[in-house]
Amino acid sequence: MPEAVAKIGIKIIVNGKTCSLSVEPRQLLVELLRETLDLTGTHVGCDTSYCGACTVLLNGKAVKSCTVFAFQADGGEITTVEGVEKSGNLHPIQKAFGEAYGLQCGYCTPGLMLSTFQLLSKTKDPTEKDLRKAIAGNTCRCTGYQNVLKAMTFAAKAMKESNGHQV
Amino acid sequence: MIMSETQKQKWVGKAVPRKEENRLLRGRGKFADDLKLREMVYLRFVRSPYAHAKIVNIHTSAAEALPGVVAVLTGAEIASQTQPFIEIGPDPCAKIKDYPLAVSKVRYQGEPVAAVVAESAALADDAAELVQVDYEALDPVVDAEDALTDKSILHEEAGTNRIWNGVFEYGDVEQAFKNAAYVVQIKKMHFHRFSSTPLETNVVLAQWDNKDDRIYYWCNNSFPSFAIQFLAAHLGVHIDRIRVETSDIGGSFGIKITSYPQMAVCALASKKAAGRPVKWVETRSEHMTSSAHGNERTFRDTRVALDKNGVITAIASRHIDDCGAYPRYEPLGCVIWSQVFAGVYRFKNARIDFTQAATNKCPVGPNRGYSRMQHLWFLERVVDICAHELKIPADEMRLRNYVRPEEFPYTTPNGCVYDSGNYPKMLEVAKKLIGWDDWKKKQEKARAEGRLIGIGIGTTLDSGTNNFGQSQIVNPGAPFSGNSQGANCKLDIYGEVVVAVGSCPQGQGHETTAAQVVADVLNISPDLITVRTGFDTERNVHTGFSGTYASQFAVSGLSAVHGAAQKLKKEMSRLAAFTLESKEDDVEFGVGQQGPELRANGKSINYWALANIVNVNSAVLPTELHEITLNCRYVWRAPFKVPDKQRKYGNLTLTYASQLHMAVIEVELDTFIPRILDYVAVDDCGTVINPPIVEGQVYGATAHGIGAALMETCVYDAVGNMLTSTFSDYTPITAVNMPKVKYGHIETPSPHSYSGAKGMGEGGAAPIHTISAALQDALFDQGIFIEDSFNNADAIFRAVVGREHGQAANLVKLEKRA
Repeated sequence: MPEAVAKIGIKIIVNGKTCSLSVEPRQLLVELLRETLDLTGTHVGCDTSYCGACTVLLNGKAVKSCTVFAFQADGGEITTVEGVEKSGNLHPIQKAFGEAYGLQCGYCTPGLMLSTFQLLSKTKDPTEKDLRKAIAGNTCRCTGYQNVLKAMTFAAKAMKESNGHQV
Repeated sequence: MIMSETQKQKWVGKAVPRKEENRLLRGRGKFADDLKLREMVYLRFVRSPYAHAKIVNIHTSAAEALPGVVAVLTGAEIASQTQPFIEIGPDPCAKIKDYPLAVSKVRYQGEPVAAVVAESAALADDAAELVQVDYEALDPVVDAEDALTDKSILHEEAGTNRIWNGVFEYGDVEQAFKNAAYVVQIKKMHFHRFSSTPLETNVVLAQWDNKDDRIYYWCNNSFPSFAIQFLAAHLGVHIDRIRVETSDIGGSFGIKITSYPQMAVCALASKKAAGRPVKWVETRSEHMTSSAHGNERTFRDTRVALDKNGVITAIASRHIDDCGAYPRYEPLGCVIWSQVFAGVYRFKNARIDFTQAATNKCPVGPNRGYSRMQHLWFLERVVDICAHELKIPADEMRLRNYVRPEEFPYTTPNGCVYDSGNYPKMLEVAKKLIGWDDWKKKQEKARAEGRLIGIGIGTTLDSGTNNFGQSQIVNPGAPFSGNSQGANCKLDIYGEVVVAVGSCPQGQGHETTAAQVVADVLNISPDLITVRTGFDTERNVHTGFSGTYASQFAVSGLSAVHGAAQKLKKEMSRLAAFTLESKEDDVEFGVGQQGPELRANGKSINYWALANIVNVNSAVLPTELHEITLNCRYVWRAPFKVPDKQRKYGNLTLTYASQLHMAVIEVELDTFIPRILDYVAVDDCGTVINPPIVEGQVYGATAHGIGAALMETCVYDAVGNMLTSTFSDYTPITAVNMPKVKYGHIETPSPHSYSGAKGMGEGGAAPIHTISAALQDALFDQGIFIEDSFNNADAIFRAVVGREHGQAANLVKLEKRA
């Protein structure tokens, strides 16, 4: 059993909102998001960074929040699935997942969409290999990935057509 | 009613967007772990590191002394307050004393021995580490055939590891062997243990409320009406005192049917914690070691009789099923496979001697394709091996043995009735999609270059809507038969159409398809219909069979929804006829300027006005219309009879969806890595309610099958340590391993559902059969028989090495009669 340890003060921006918090050193980022900030759209599936259900963007980079300590995010900017839509309008990636039937139970979907977000923010014309590699760290047990890849293709097209702006 | 046929089918059969999407895409899904309650505490299990050991002592005082610890529970304490769980099987199975925490001994690695409840999840983790258990190790048995020797017995009270045995014999097997032109013998085959591992693990939030002495559950169990029957008897409470609610569920694939022992512990822990709500969230490693795995099965001494044309006339075989440490949902699996006793084939004579054994491994549970996929794999191996021995091409062999399209409805040797199907047509569609002739040419060329390329066919069945009477074949005293599902359809006070169903979907789109069905009945858009899915005992729509399992919603669920909607429609018509001064038959359903309405005599009344009369303006109602409530519950019952227990004969499932898959696989010469070069999945689930939803189910089931065939296996070492207890070890299939699937479908409508739909979703594990067949085709020339359902590079390497050491000899024998 760990000895009682002093909490650590951190400051993070989550979905555009600044939060000053004090965290246990052992607290994981995903626990902070789900339990402290009640952002329950980020999920836990495997506890060991295989499945990517806990994927969020930390400073624009997709990370597995079950393998990041909360204090490691200090000073960082985080986007979770709840922060992807803008003023109630779905992001093209969200729309594409819906249109392509790219989800079933929806448990892995937030992570898959954020991995897609990372890919499409860098690559405008992804190849099929790019798409598959981008979600290699996201396990989906329902869809067999076929419609997820379709959704990613739809999203890439929509984002390219709108020149990166939300449509 | 003046609704044309086209209007009636305006929504069913269309790619209606899923109603579930809005919340799920926005991170607003409501999964079990998302809920928090006032005064909630957290539970952590202490688990056995041994596969088989006596519990000598459990020291809980250090854990109890830790500040923030609320309660510690042990098996002995639970046993003193509860009854053991009901066993489904007769003696010796019925003698087993199964409690949700181990009492005097542990029987598999990961079995819970104590539970710790604390103010936070982290504190519960800390406290669990302070519980010290003294064990005295016993000999573990990890192999089912070893277990049957009873050298080391798991359940002393049962006196044997033999959980169940029964002989399924039909026709005249011996005569068929006497008349055979060929007899093929296959010494041993083995179907491996794996799990479809839903991405969301089991979660239970329970409260044994001391204010009203009721037990409340918010959880993700996928067959709650079954769970509460087990829980009420175990906890000694009236079933009405238990309320279960489920909301969004992150996959189940059958596995989450088995969470009732953990549900029991959480309720008892809440009681001990003075009624505080207790939450348990399973870790992935707990899920891998101790939730449930699929049934492992060994096929021994198989003999197949064939006539001179390669038509199978009889099969005789001995099957040994491994149910792990506790039978739990078993031995139902000992009869469920017989829903597809004959697979897609016409043979009339067969004898299967079926035994189930307990071993020191994780208990098994219903896993997508439950108990049938093992048998279907066995039959497909038999067909391919016989074809090879008789030098008949695999496609031709199937055409000679398939049940023919004109034979439907087809009664199998054990009395099951296949409702509809067209297997030769599926073969034709699949061949066209994959480019069969092209691949045959390429294969020939590649073989000439020394490359190993195989083309495999897997034909399989997804039997849906169980006749629970089959439980009586396992246990003549079992009080179950038939099947039913309930639904409620109402026009609420302000005229809203609200539908409730007793299912608990995990991504199958029940909200959408139920709305499509009601939309067609009322001639309005599905957008105007609210559907409540997810289980809630208090909604009072469920029956004893309600849940989401065994490929049946399109039949049982939607038939119940359709029945409830028809009832509501009838009531609305009567009421409208009264207010519009018209005849019921002249009332038309449609949408006007003020929304959904009913019209007749050039007048109309909208839904709000109708609902108003019944609910808050009832003085205007004449007495003859007082029975109208606009709140219509309908229970759909499947037209089943109780099977003949002695003969093990009867119709066990209502619909038989079928799948035909084809794969082209190359085995790399240096690495033995099998690579899928092409893959086709053809599906027939009768009339399709929502095409993209069905297509999605096919892709998902295909991924599970491909994963199971090439990547996913539950490995135990000789002393029962589970070696694949994390995803990193178990390696569920990912986007980089999953090939592109070419999808095709045909429709042979079922006569048993109002819409012609068949249950689907499990997919019969077609890829496992197909990949075994393709690998077999690639490796026959090397003298290798595919005898196991799991074939990664390592397994193929071992098969090749085994062949080099002469182990493959005598595995298959062909006897040609005069």
